[in-house]
Amino acid sequence: MTTEELKLSVATLFPAATFDETGEFLNVMVNLPEFRNVMKTLRHNSELSFDSLFCLTCIDWKTHLMMVYHMISKQHRHVLVIKVKLDNTVKPEIETVCDIWKTANFHEREVFDLFGVNFKNHPDMRRIMLDDNWDGFPLRKNYVDENMISL
Amino acid sequence: MSLLGEPELTEDGEFVINIGPQHPSTHGVLHLKVWLDGETIKKVQPHLGYIHRSIEKMSESLSYRNFIFATSRMDYLSAHINNEACALTVEKGLGIEAPPRAQAIRILMAELTRLSSHQLWWGCMGLDLGAVSPFFYGFRERESIMEVMEETCGARLTQNYMVPGGIMYDIHPNFQNRVKNVLKQIKENFKEYDDLLTGNVIFEGRTKGVGYLSPEDAISYGCTGPTARGSGVSCDVRKWFPYDGYDKLQFNEILETGGDCYARYMVRMAEMRQSVRIIEQMIDNIPEGDFQTKTKAVLKLPKGEFYQRVETARGELGVYIVSDGAASPYRIKYRSPNFSNLSALEHMAKGAKIGDLVAIMATIDLVIPDVDR
Repeated sequence: MTTEELKLSVATLFPAATFDETGEFLNVMVNLPEFRNVMKTLRHNSELSFDSLFCLTCIDWKTHLMMVYHMISKQHRHVLVIKVKLDNTVKPEIETVCDIWKTANFHEREVFDLFGVNFKNHPDMRRIMLDDNWDGFPLRKNYVDENMISL
Repeated sequence: MSLLGEPELTEDGEFVINIGPQHPSTHGVLHLKVWLDGETIKKVQPHLGYIHRSIEKMSESLSYRNFIFATSRMDYLSAHINNEACALTVEKGLGIEAPPRAQAIRILMAELTRLSSHQLWWGCMGLDLGAVSPFFYGFRERESIMEVMEETCGARLTQNYMVPGGIMYDIHPNFQNRVKNVLKQIKENFKEYDDLLTGNVIFEGRTKGVGYLSPEDAISYGCTGPTARGSGVSCDVRKWFPYDGYDKLQFNEILETGGDCYARYMVRMAEMRQSVRIIEQMIDNIPEGDFQTKTKAVLKLPKGEFYQRVETARGELGVYIVSDGAASPYRIKYRSPNFSNLSALEHMAKGAKIGDLVAIMATIDLVIPDVDR
């Protein structure tokens, strides 16, 4: 599907979604309540069939956190980026997608570890890189560590 | 249970042991907690982070010229290709392209890196499965490639040769001749590789039917590179999303359908031959001209997001830069191939014997600094 067709079919399925086409890929902003439903549809809809989640990460914009999901359909060869805004920076929470794409298991644990986002219903929500009793979330912009030196 | 304490016995009578973090077959500091029923693996839990340096956090305080060099320390066996990925992302943001000469040299260097990486893997895989000779044979050729690198880039392992807009300096006058000599030697020695391992009965017994990964699972786990291509999943970035002029070259994407350790082994063996093929096409056809596009002293990417992927020796490396217009990235994410490939380990190892775990790890071709970053 071309970007235009992709936009049209996503807009038909989810009227509440908003789009951003400034980048290389089509960006779709999704509300937190319908996020899980959107992801399931993107994976299982035969016209979209996004079977590969190749990048999952988070961005700290200070006022809010932004979850970013890059996905590609191996069959149709189209790429889509899903973004979800998390307003609660103190205790951010989002539904897991690791039952839809197994790769999300490790990537969500990484985001939990470094950004402190809690993934609901994740089977193994532990820190992946850092020590279990590490204080704070290093990739947050407000993270301070007195041992950190500037290069 | 403490890390070094007595082995634990669970209520189901399963035996829990720790492999690593200091174990020869884990190729670095990977710690696996393994639940065993007799010799059969019930569950594997990788514990990562022993070499986590948070290169992503470091890159946020480095300039667009400097952060590239930190990535040589991720997948140190594909240092060139990591650098290339970053340089390409910055170029994408700036809207420039490397000149043809730089692109050709980048491809040559990337394929030499892939060759040397696969040779090291081949040697270590033999060693992991109990054959000592391949280790020496693998390192013999790798050494000659390292010498070529050293002559042109000034370094053997972390070359730091790629810069935004091209390459740091032109190739050494001896480069072409030396590469041709190396290729001649390597082509002769491929036969020895096959004699030593490929047709070996013990080797086939240790790898055939071991560590099966179905195509659906390979995609779902986000596996890329030879790990996924051994299961028949087409994912070669050089074919899917060509960069630096790979689309003008003649080479094949290697696919095997076995999905076991032997299939992944065969993919890498055939990939080495494809790399030789690419280098042979390029070595006498390096275009004349500049090796670097002129760029400003301080690079600033426009506000926005840039994603670039390349094919390293282990799979797809994605670099995702979020820029707010400043001289250093606001957020940078490295989607490293080994991190996703490792997540499939538990699935592959379940039900296998403990001795097979080493064979499975060897065919994923783990480099731990790339997992931990």
